[in-house]
Amino acid sequence: MRLRIKDLAVAFGDRQVVSIGEFAVGEAEIVGLAGESGSGKSMTTLAILGLAHTVGATVSGSIRLDGTELTGLSQRELRQLRGRQVAAIFQSPAMAFSPVFRVGQVVLGALRLHGMSRAEAAEAASRAMRQVLLAPDLLGRYPAQLSGGQLQRVAIALALALRARVLLADEPTSALDVTVQAEVLELLRELRERDGMSVLLISHDLAVVAELCDRVAVMQGGRIVEQGPVSQVLAAPQHEYTAELLAAVPRIGAAPQDRGPGHV
Amino acid sequence: MGLAVLVLAGVLVLTFTVAHVVPGDPAATWAGPHASAAQVAAARRFLGLDRPLPAQLASYVAGIVTGNWGVSIHTHRPVLSDLATVAPASLELVIAAMIIGLAVGVPLGLVSARWPGGLVDQAIRAGSILGVSMPIFWMALILQLVFSQRLHVVPAAGEYSPGLLFSHPLAQYTGFGVLDALISGNWPMLGSTLSHLVLPALVVAAYPAGLIARLVRAQVLDTVGETHVQMVRALGFSERAVFGRFAMKLAWNPVAAAVALIFGYSLVNTFLVESIFDWPGLGSYAAESISTLDTPAILGVTLFVALVYVAANLIVDIVQAALDPRIRLQ
Amino acid sequence: MIEAPAPFPAEAPTLPRGQALRRGLAANPLLVVGGLAVVVIVLVALFAPLLAPYPGDAGNATHPFMVLHAPSAQHWFGTDQVGRDILSRVLYGARVSPLIAVLVLAIASAVGIPLGVVAGYFGGWVDELIMRVTDVFLAFPALLLALALAAVLPASLTTVTIAIAATWWPWYTRLIRGQAASVAGRPYIDSCRALGIPRRRIILRHVLPNSVTPLIVQISLDVGGVILTASALSFLGLGAQDPTPDWGLMVSEGQTYFTTDWWVVTFPGLAILVTAFAFNLLGDGLRDLLDPRRSLLP
Repeated sequence: MRLRIKDLAVAFGDRQVVSIGEFAVGEAEIVGLAGESGSGKSMTTLAILGLAHTVGATVSGSIRLDGTELTGLSQRELRQLRGRQVAAIFQSPAMAFSPVFRVGQVVLGALRLHGMSRAEAAEAASRAMRQVLLAPDLLGRYPAQLSGGQLQRVAIALALALRARVLLADEPTSALDVTVQAEVLELLRELRERDGMSVLLISHDLAVVAELCDRVAVMQGGRIVEQGPVSQVLAAPQHEYTAELLAAVPRIGAAPQDRGPGHV
Repeated sequence: MGLAVLVLAGVLVLTFTVAHVVPGDPAATWAGPHASAAQVAAARRFLGLDRPLPAQLASYVAGIVTGNWGVSIHTHRPVLSDLATVAPASLELVIAAMIIGLAVGVPLGLVSARWPGGLVDQAIRAGSILGVSMPIFWMALILQLVFSQRLHVVPAAGEYSPGLLFSHPLAQYTGFGVLDALISGNWPMLGSTLSHLVLPALVVAAYPAGLIARLVRAQVLDTVGETHVQMVRALGFSERAVFGRFAMKLAWNPVAAAVALIFGYSLVNTFLVESIFDWPGLGSYAAESISTLDTPAILGVTLFVALVYVAANLIVDIVQAALDPRIRLQ
Repeated sequence: MIEAPAPFPAEAPTLPRGQALRRGLAANPLLVVGGLAVVVIVLVALFAPLLAPYPGDAGNATHPFMVLHAPSAQHWFGTDQVGRDILSRVLYGARVSPLIAVLVLAIASAVGIPLGVVAGYFGGWVDELIMRVTDVFLAFPALLLALALAAVLPASLTTVTIAIAATWWPWYTRLIRGQAASVAGRPYIDSCRALGIPRRRIILRHVLPNSVTPLIVQISLDVGGVILTASALSFLGLGAQDPTPDWGLMVSEGQTYFTTDWWVVTFPGLAILVTAFAFNLLGDGLRDLLDPRRSLLP
């Protein structure tokens, strides 16, 4: 088990936002964390990264990354793990990169932060860019000069270059066009096949989950209401919330009354 | 660019209008207290004051553009050369104050933003608001009393020790005391000019330091919640790098914009403290011009400061474009 | 695709108004201090005749035998160069500065707001014209223009008020114009026009109220600035004249005696500092409180 969560509780003062009993992501596995906005998914990401305190939340419980217990570690120890062992990509790629830095500056900066020399970092960055099918010279551009899809791929390249074993992908395709979405998802799949990366995919869109994930956990109000293999959960949902989510997914070709409320 | 020209034209018209509301007769001042009526009339013709106002304005504007800023009625010298003599001292003071303001304000603002709500933050916030609320002329008097007259730590007035002029005369290259001493390797003079600069510069720096600290704090706090900051954290950067390197880079933009504003404000602030510190700058010149109703000189000073202000804004625009790629890419 | 910056993560809490207000006040001791100080100053200004031990000293009285006495039990702040009690004069001075500030800001608003709304709503050449004129005024640092004006007009508090107001209105015009322009561009204003609502009504009932919010914060922040500018002008001799108990004037009068009789300068100047400080604290705190984004942070 690459990532194992047990009895995780994240709270803002006395208000619980996340309460997970048991959740895990295995090697070379893509696990989905599905649910609507505000259900606690993003807070889980922050908790895993040890950054919950930056928004004023407290964390208790156990988070094990490759066997190492994260919740007791100091910030300094956590910083060494961030990026290296566990990387994250965020929902709006345009917002994930600072507008006043060239993307390459952030990438190379992160690589050198984790011990690479200037030459090594440049080499690793170029290689990773090619792996995500981007020309390495795009690293010289500012975020405003790159499309959402390109930026998301740069973020993935960064995770690759850092050789992260676990990737936390927080709504990675929600802000992208459908065609670009498909490319990014394909890329994530390749990461799993080729590099053995484990991915925790957070998404409110069950269609994305259905396409990419091996297993899925459905979150509602901070709790996991159902989890299991994707084919099983989506074909035969046990919990009514899962059923609601499924009904909201638009299906092309179905009669109007069969289409979910998500359809215009 | 064209806009700046238009604004400058408006500035000229405005200053001209303002100065011609002046009560009193410039011709009489020029001719002197013992002049006869005929001499005053002759002075009026000489100064062109008998022509209709629009004509006066036209020739004034033409003169400005060609470098003829009129002749001071009080000193009887060309206004432009008067300004060239006194302006550097004031500019030196403002620049020194801005440097201190940035050197103090930026770090304090960062510290404040890093631990918001804490005791240090409250103290820095109170301090910066204090700096912004300070009556400059009063602060100058108090500091002068305490540090010069009572504690004898720094000299009380002047740009440098007059006595040194004999043993180590100061060459005039730029008009900036400290620079001139540095360029000519005149070390005793360098020490003297620096020690004389300290107190006035600190006084004028209070406002910039306070304002910049507040700005940096506000700007950094604004960006801290945004995704790209979390991303950088998620990559493993230390809090110090997150604030000092990433968040701060975004903060420079509004700080730069404010710098032009602060520069103009501080320049006029120096006018208030120059008489207190015997600083031979624009302020003293302006004060004299006002009391002698020296219209060309008053116009000259006002125009000069407006020009400096416009120039500062232009420079800041350029610096902003260099620092912030978003502006360049537009 | 244009994205507005969204708070991250979405689950972070926003509190209900009342609780947020109390939390904001508790987290903002500076605001509370500022607010209390302002109240105290206003009270002092209102009740100066009752509080001052020597009310006559705020006016024409002179006491040749009590010239320049150091602070003592009879004169807490000492006496000035004609023997007047400085404490009384400082207390009466609390009437002068804030009054000027109120007048200045009222005039500046009265001129600046209409101009800004008109410029923002109509756009086109009206906007250009108004903004160019505004830009010319803004090309001068505020104090400079006020100084130039005050220098050419006869020295008095009226002059100071007019001079400062003349330099202050452009800021409000620019501020309001930006807001008005963005409000005027909103779809619902188009609907109003399509419905045939008369222009004047649109401006007065819709554009204006929605544009003034940032101005309110700005005004509260500006009070301190006006007080400082006014006292600076009086210090230079361009404003209040003797025997008006204006703080700036008192500092200027006490300058000559400062090295030996420090109290003549110190207390009036301290009053300026405290007043400006109080109003600035209040304005700053108000801005913090009213800024919705701050509700996330302690």
